[in-house]
Amino acid sequence: MSVKTPSKLEKILASGQLAVTSECGPPRGSDPEDITRKAELIKNHVDAINITDNQTSVTRMCSLAACIRLKLMGLEPVLQMVTRDRNRIAIQSDILGAASFDINNMLCLSGDHQSFGDCKLGQNVHDLDSIQLIQTVRMMRDEAKFLGGDDIKCPPKMFVGAAANPFADPFEIRVPRLAKKIAAGVEFIQTQCIYNLDKFEKWMEGVRERGLHEKVHILAGLTPMKSAGMARYMKNRVPGMDVPEELVKRLAGVPKEKQAQEGIDICIESIQRLKSVDGVHGFHVMAIEWEEKVPEIVERAGLYPRPTIDK
Amino acid sequence: MIVGQQKPLEEIWDMIKDHSRVLVFGCNTCVAVCQQGGNKEAEIIASLLRMKATQEGLDIEIKDGGIERQCEHEFFESATKSLEWADAVVSTACGIGVQFLAEKYESLPVYPGLNTTFLGAVEKFGVYTERCQACGQCVLGLTGGICPIARCAKRLMNGPCGGSTRGKCEINKDLDCAWQLIIDRLKAMDKMDNYEKIIPVKDWSSDRAGGPRKFVREDIQV
Repeated sequence: MSVKTPSKLEKILASGQLAVTSECGPPRGSDPEDITRKAELIKNHVDAINITDNQTSVTRMCSLAACIRLKLMGLEPVLQMVTRDRNRIAIQSDILGAASFDINNMLCLSGDHQSFGDCKLGQNVHDLDSIQLIQTVRMMRDEAKFLGGDDIKCPPKMFVGAAANPFADPFEIRVPRLAKKIAAGVEFIQTQCIYNLDKFEKWMEGVRERGLHEKVHILAGLTPMKSAGMARYMKNRVPGMDVPEELVKRLAGVPKEKQAQEGIDICIESIQRLKSVDGVHGFHVMAIEWEEKVPEIVERAGLYPRPTIDK
Repeated sequence: MIVGQQKPLEEIWDMIKDHSRVLVFGCNTCVAVCQQGGNKEAEIIASLLRMKATQEGLDIEIKDGGIERQCEHEFFESATKSLEWADAVVSTACGIGVQFLAEKYESLPVYPGLNTTFLGAVEKFGVYTERCQACGQCVLGLTGGICPIARCAKRLMNGPCGGSTRGKCEINKDLDCAWQLIIDRLKAMDKMDNYEKIIPVKDWSSDRAGGPRKFVREDIQV
């Protein structure tokens, strides 16, 4: 996998070192400090920071503007883009806009259904789906072409990512689905939060059997649990999430004031175990509204200091 | 067929209460199957509206009528008299019938008695479910005979998304995940190889996106 863009994330992954990414959710308002404050907390401990795109369909500051805030801080953003809210004109236009600010990483997603968010009565677009979005960015970058066939002057240099959820159903197509995303041109994957490590390892076995781990960089996704209540909620209420009962029990088994620390410990133990899984090339630590814990997780997981890359 | 659902009586009442000769006009094909807008239902709505008028002490004459299909000229002939009598019509056809009727009688107010709901099937008596969104370029040959546009909440051409859980959609536990159904069918037909074929970016110009659609058969026009 040779380097094709100026992305720092791509260079670190290409160098064979484990990458670490994290995410910041933009605010429900226009104060840029909400994003810069979160970024300050994690900037020394991660290689790149994802900015979510109206996650769970709740209206927020746009991902592109928040990514630009990170660029102004000298940081490396990953622009998350969902196909729910934009047609192909807006998608291609936003990609060019991002590239004009030297944003070099993108995560292509379909997005949660709008019925989860604050605009339940709205339309969804889905002119493209996530796989077609991957194809679109790769075409814009590699062939310097718009979807309509016209040439792009100065094509966007995007390192192209997507999500994978090894825990959604049906399980048997979860490896073929990754293969499909690879065929579409995806270069890195950030997975859904992993709590069921056995199932994740089983998925990775399938990934290796088809040699897919040599065609894409897989970053294992982790979200520390803050409490047994959160674990129960994730287990029962969040679609596509697999939280084993023993994890809920372990959290519930410690006093309430110590559950958060237990959640951090579980997260670190998971990283330690997943480090030895062949094909896992890094970690995506999604500490939702808990960014201040990212440094501890990264340090105690033995992923600190982060590598420096010559520009 | 086209499935419709009756509007609440109050909403229909609000539309007609200022008129004096109201015809509730049924359409006895699609929307009769789901027993919402057929000639029989038009009769029932008319009698409910008459009761309402009596309650409100308003002197409105309300009659009912109907034809076989409100989307074809030839059926209207039998109803000319009653349509000309009325100073307002509540059509219980789908949106197509309502508009076709309005086009025929330029100065006659025509109100919808139904909300046109979807193109669907009779899953069983009393249960109707959506199957088609008339996108104008059928992909069913690629997707095991199950439409991801009509039946996936995100109309994903290459699904399922990460929210598919135990065969159900992330938006509703009672709703089948279209892509689970597609995969089950592909498996049953021994065509799982099809799953890994990427369905390319869709041409939506034949869909609503391309503007109102028209189909002309010059060879059969008289």
